[in-house]
Amino acid sequence: MNRLNDADLARRVAQDIPDGAYVNLGIGKPTHVSSYVPDGREVIYHSENGLLGVGPAPAEGAVDVELIDASKRYVTTAPGASFFEHSDSFAMMRGGHIDIAVLGAYQVGSNGDLANWATLDRTFPPAVGGAMDLVVGVPSIFVMMRHTDRDGAPKLLDRCTYPLTGLGVVTRVYTDLAVLDIAPEGFRLVELTPGNTLEQVQAVTGAKIHS
Amino acid sequence: MDKRVDSLAEAVAPVQDGAVVMVGGFGSSGIPFGLIDALLEQGATGLTIISNNAGEKETGIAKLLREGRVAKVICSYPRSPGSIWFERRYEAGEVDLEVVPQGTLAERIRAAGAGLGGFFTPTGFGTLLAEGKETRMIDGRGYVFEQPLHADVALLRADRGDRWGNLSYHATARNFNPVMAMAGRLAIAEVRQLSADALPPESVVTPGIFVSRLTEYGVRP
Repeated sequence: MNRLNDADLARRVAQDIPDGAYVNLGIGKPTHVSSYVPDGREVIYHSENGLLGVGPAPAEGAVDVELIDASKRYVTTAPGASFFEHSDSFAMMRGGHIDIAVLGAYQVGSNGDLANWATLDRTFPPAVGGAMDLVVGVPSIFVMMRHTDRDGAPKLLDRCTYPLTGLGVVTRVYTDLAVLDIAPEGFRLVELTPGNTLEQVQAVTGAKIHS
Repeated sequence: MDKRVDSLAEAVAPVQDGAVVMVGGFGSSGIPFGLIDALLEQGATGLTIISNNAGEKETGIAKLLREGRVAKVICSYPRSPGSIWFERRYEAGEVDLEVVPQGTLAERIRAAGAGLGGFFTPTGFGTLLAEGKETRMIDGRGYVFEQPLHADVALLRADRGDRWGNLSYHATARNFNPVMAMAGRLAIAEVRQLSADALPPESVVTPGIFVSRLTEYGVRP
């Protein structure tokens, strides 16, 4: 099967970020989406640690060690940026003020359930961060992930088996193999990565794909 | 009124064994490294630490964990690259952990500082982190009741301060510091620069009423 690489997956997600959107990018792969938003669209990026208007990485020698994003990387401010404290930051997230969040996931259920904070390994200390607040408040939750895990097992399932981050919260899933919406009937095909057939993608998906 | 004290050591002198201590900061930004080092020297142990993270490498909260001073950590994200001392203590069963969603953590702290008895939030409804908690349906949606989170002491980092305890912050070093200032019964700030004059009122982010004492620590990590 044809698989999008991480850069092409980020580019595909970025196509769906409209001009004027307030967007929160989760840690890891989602942070790359901002590099691929088409020219001419002004998108304002929110970082949970108290920055609206995240700019690009600083030039060498221009690092401000107290100016970081949620992934703890050094960043800059974009024009129109603001700083604020944590309860305001999470009011933006929980209160429905942010338009789109792009998150990674361990599993997504056909009912829109999301599992992205804890595995079943009890020796591994759980870490939730801001994920649970984000998914209850942001109307469009885009998940960006590999279609299968390292062992080839499906990550798109009828129901998640890992502890949930939120119930029925996912809007759309972008994987290396396909783009799928969460619809009332379950996973609904939006598009296949060129060269793949629905039968091939269905074979590595743990729930029915409706087309 | 003058809330300034002469040293970090004097600032943290009242902290007792078994204290509940809030520590400002997110990642490496806005952490009161000077006050944490002073607390380590001071020797208080059996502490409950409330902070977003659980320390990295050999700095900040990680030092308190390394020296066995921490009985419990309440945080949203204990695991990060280099959080070796938290992981060692956790795996050995030497430290208790309460994981709280980050926005719920901030709001529980704010509720304590604002005199509220708790609040209903949709965050975590139906998940492991809501188990055992009161829930309520409001307009057809599930909410979880969360209680205020008080502390004996809050350790804060700010950019500038004046003798009235007013604080201003630099960039993303603000994070949890303002809400923790409200919630700590003894709120102690280290500031990069103590101003001889009053801070301009419009630049004050944390009003001095929330701050008990402050001292200058000019090092920016």
